[in-house]
Amino acid sequence: MTPLILFYVAGFVTLASAILAITRTNASHALIYLVVALLAIAVIFFLLGSPFAAALQIVVYAGAIVVLFLFVVMMLNLGKSSVARERELLTRGIWTLPSLLALVLFAVVLFALVSGDHEAGAQARMIEPKEVGIALYTKYVLAVELAGVLLLAALVGAYHLGRRYLADRREEEESS
Amino acid sequence: MFGIEDFWSYALILPVAVGVLLGALVLVWWERRLLGWWQDRLGPNRVGWFGSLQALADLIKLLTKDDWLPPFGDRVFFILAPIIVTAAMLLAFVVVPFTPVLVIVESNIALLWFLAMSAMAVYGVLLGGLSSNNKYALLGGLRAAAQMVTYEVFLALSILGVVMLSGSFSLVDIVENQRDGLWHFIPQALGLVIFVIAGLAETHRLPFDLPEAEHELTAGFHTEYSGMKFGLIMAAEYVALILLSCLIVILFFGGWLGPSFLPPVVWFGIKVVIVINFFILLRAAIPRPRYDQLMSLGWKILLPLTLVNILATGAWVLGTQG
Repeated sequence: MTPLILFYVAGFVTLASAILAITRTNASHALIYLVVALLAIAVIFFLLGSPFAAALQIVVYAGAIVVLFLFVVMMLNLGKSSVARERELLTRGIWTLPSLLALVLFAVVLFALVSGDHEAGAQARMIEPKEVGIALYTKYVLAVELAGVLLLAALVGAYHLGRRYLADRREEEESS
Repeated sequence: MFGIEDFWSYALILPVAVGVLLGALVLVWWERRLLGWWQDRLGPNRVGWFGSLQALADLIKLLTKDDWLPPFGDRVFFILAPIIVTAAMLLAFVVVPFTPVLVIVESNIALLWFLAMSAMAVYGVLLGGLSSNNKYALLGGLRAAAQMVTYEVFLALSILGVVMLSGSFSLVDIVENQRDGLWHFIPQALGLVIFVIAGLAETHRLPFDLPEAEHELTAGFHTEYSGMKFGLIMAAEYVALILLSCLIVILFFGGWLGPSFLPPVVWFGIKVVIVINFFILLRAAIPRPRYDQLMSLGWKILLPLTLVNILATGAWVLGTQG
């Protein structure tokens, strides 16, 4: 029974902090709510029997990616003016349509839950890190390779942008 | 759901937390004494026997100091930041096995938990810098974020060699794996060096303390902190040092293993103290690099080296076991 209660608590925290992350007008506050949502998702992964996914969720998403978001927010020096601008952005016209679409998705999920079979959920068990590794490098090796290519493209792109900036600066220094 | 074994491991929580915090308190004095000795000066030698009560005096001073909140900052984040750093570092101790029995939670993701908690500690530093609303603090926070995210990569990659040799993320398994063979610091010498460098950057201690470099940034991300909030940040730094030393001993120096004339926990303690003293010696011996040097050292030297280490270890494991 305990895991079920924990699951509902974690689910509630995820939803509440995700909603708060969208509605907060202060960017850094919104990001911290996003971190809380990601940590709660990690708890859900853990309860569903995959501690490995839970740990990676914290290390990669909560630990690295949102830190970089926060890093950018710190660079931008957002003050009271940007909070006011954010407040204007969140008008009814903007959030109605996305919420409707999300509601449709929610209806689909509900329908699937009510009508579908629950075999997959009943078979949940603890997954060892080793199993994840073996699955990644045998069954899903193509996906791993594709993700690698995608990341390589991002790396080359970042290098290209950085190099152009450095080249521009060098020219400036030479001309001055 | 909670058996008698669970009870014993949960009963360990308080002693471990108190022990680690007391260790941090002693280290404040010990580090200053050692630095004084190595740098040919006295160090704190007035309060108590050889100055041993200096840390206690410092603690009383911090507790009675005015705990000032900057009115121009973000109050909630300002209060949260030291709590996050300290809590993350103490939580990481949950998975540290002092001996096979003296461990709070034995888990097959123990090593990942350590990485996750050191990733969480970044938020404390970052929020401290952000919420102070002070340019030095902000610069310190920015430096800390970039430095810690960068070196987290090498921290994780450098221990993959050890994980491959032991075939497990469980710290108990990793130590047991070293019982019959060589301790990992010989086959994984490269991994050890990179782990030490990345760990130093992750705890932002002196050679790599650029987030709080006092010559350029006053006190960096904790410029605005005073009283016990500053005390918590300092405590977290020393707890992180103890944690790092414990991890080095477990991953590379055989944990509690040693000749049987001393109990396992004593061996663990001796090794951890030696590693901590080594870190203090590093602090006394090496000057602080420039920030861009730190970053290029990471990405241009350490990253290729860790990848070579993983490749070589993988080939070795495949050749001998596969």
